[in-house]
Amino acid sequence: MGKTFAEKVLAKKSNRAEVVPGQIVIVEPDHMLTHDNTSAIIGKIGGELKEYGVARPEMPVIVLDHVIPASDEKTATNHLKTREFVKKFNLKHFYDVGQGICHQVVLEKGLALPGDLVVGSDSHTCSYGAVGAFSTGIDRTEASALLLRGKTWLRVPETIKMTLTNELAPGVTAKDLVLTIIGNIGADGANYQAVEFHGNIGSLSIDDRFVIANMGVEMGAKIAVFPVDKKTKAYLKSIGVKESAYEAVWADKDAQYVRELAYDLSRIEPVVAAPHKVDNVKPVSALDGLEFQQVLLGTCTNGRLSDLEIAADILEGKKVAPGVRFLVLPASKEIFDEALEKGIIARLSRAGAVILPPGCGPCLGAHQGCLAPGEKCLSTSNRNFKGRMGCKDAEIYLASPATVAASAITGKLTDPRKLYQEVRR
Amino acid sequence: MKIWKYDDDVNTDMLFPGKYTYTLATAEEIKPHLLEDLDSEFAGNVKAGDLILAGKNFGCGSSREQPVVGLKAVGIQAIVGKSFSRIFYRAAINQGLLLVECPDAVDAYRDGDEVTLDPEAGLVKVAGKTYSFPKLPPEILAIRDAGGLLPYTLRALKESRA
Repeated sequence: MGKTFAEKVLAKKSNRAEVVPGQIVIVEPDHMLTHDNTSAIIGKIGGELKEYGVARPEMPVIVLDHVIPASDEKTATNHLKTREFVKKFNLKHFYDVGQGICHQVVLEKGLALPGDLVVGSDSHTCSYGAVGAFSTGIDRTEASALLLRGKTWLRVPETIKMTLTNELAPGVTAKDLVLTIIGNIGADGANYQAVEFHGNIGSLSIDDRFVIANMGVEMGAKIAVFPVDKKTKAYLKSIGVKESAYEAVWADKDAQYVRELAYDLSRIEPVVAAPHKVDNVKPVSALDGLEFQQVLLGTCTNGRLSDLEIAADILEGKKVAPGVRFLVLPASKEIFDEALEKGIIARLSRAGAVILPPGCGPCLGAHQGCLAPGEKCLSTSNRNFKGRMGCKDAEIYLASPATVAASAITGKLTDPRKLYQEVRR
Repeated sequence: MKIWKYDDDVNTDMLFPGKYTYTLATAEEIKPHLLEDLDSEFAGNVKAGDLILAGKNFGCGSSREQPVVGLKAVGIQAIVGKSFSRIFYRAAINQGLLLVECPDAVDAYRDGDEVTLDPEAGLVKVAGKTYSFPKLPPEILAIRDAGGLLPYTLRALKESRA
């Protein structure tokens, strides 16, 4: 009987000939990601770290990104404790304030490769399915235990197969696709399960795949994963990873799935997730004209070069509407630098954007761009939960970078397709 | 014993707002903010032995363990829910907090009903009627029964040295 991607990776990583859904396996992850929560994680095991040390110093990847630069003495002290920990245990994979959002940094530094097993104390660790890695979120306590022991348990998930056909229309993006899927199957539609994407994957860029894998957790998925193809190999080569450095894994043709779904990409249209649930998805046309005080372009979902570029194209020769705060956060320093060199940052800034440092920014409501009661924000981020941007009496709507840029110009929810066609002419 | 009942898709931001995640970490710091954006009555009135009754997908969202740490610290007996989000479920095992996945029991509950639990037998009783819930696999129960993942891990580390 054929095997799914998840069954193959977990069999390999647990040194078994085969595994079946529901089985518990013990695994040693290739990498474990932590971020600003590192100080809390090591704070739980101060004495034990002294006694036992870090089990596998090559495993941890630490990226300071959530509250950067530090917003107060407490967050600054957390960062300081993290730096001291890295130094003390001579950890190799540390990225300090300003390098970017952890998930983007992991990808850019080649720390999640095809067939790898990566866990992280952040729910969006599932992003690395974009390049064919098995990656999933854990909590802080589990991260503490992993520092000490270097291994953990995983339940082998059932798998949903999603087959994509045709191509997205101009002005419609991967964000619209993944929001449509979440609206369709619900916020728990893939709970405990793996999601494999099949079909016309070649029409999606690595950036597109990242958006989709990143939001896997918003449908409850343990992992959301794409096959490795020419585009993956070209991307990995571009960041200096040789083909010999990884072994791609993919499902057998006769693998067993709990559910099979198909999406015709040509039929996807611009959508938004309305408050306060990510699966509360509606066509942009249904809420046409809704007014916003803040619009946000960035985060681990949509802060990549292609996202900044599509926004700059749509905003070309135009200005952000009066009364609208347009915040832009590149997902990493590399992206920021490239966007600078290509003039994209200048174009966005001239159109009226406020450029924030490469980090998580206002997405989690801890600093930089919190909302006031009664305000509405249109955002390319991945969560519209009540209180998410620091205020329980504000509203967050999720959309694509194209929809966000088009809406920044009008100050109201705007279908980007017309504007997009104008700029591409 | 009070029963606190909530709807579907209660997310981690409602259980413990994100704005506190990098400044408040200990159980004592977490307690006053538990369920802050979901139910302003909860933190001030919850007592040891209380139960939470939840809809589907409870705890969805972030990998945030603070709600579990806080609920364990205030002495919540268990959360009986229709279903739990994956990371929240793991976090509960890691803190030794009992989660009972039993949609029929949640559906059966009416305000004022008595709810009792027998975790060893895998049974929950609502208004006199008994429902069963699936038990955790033995290797996972061992973690919960050790009092959570850190005590379990420390024991394993000591044994490997012995």
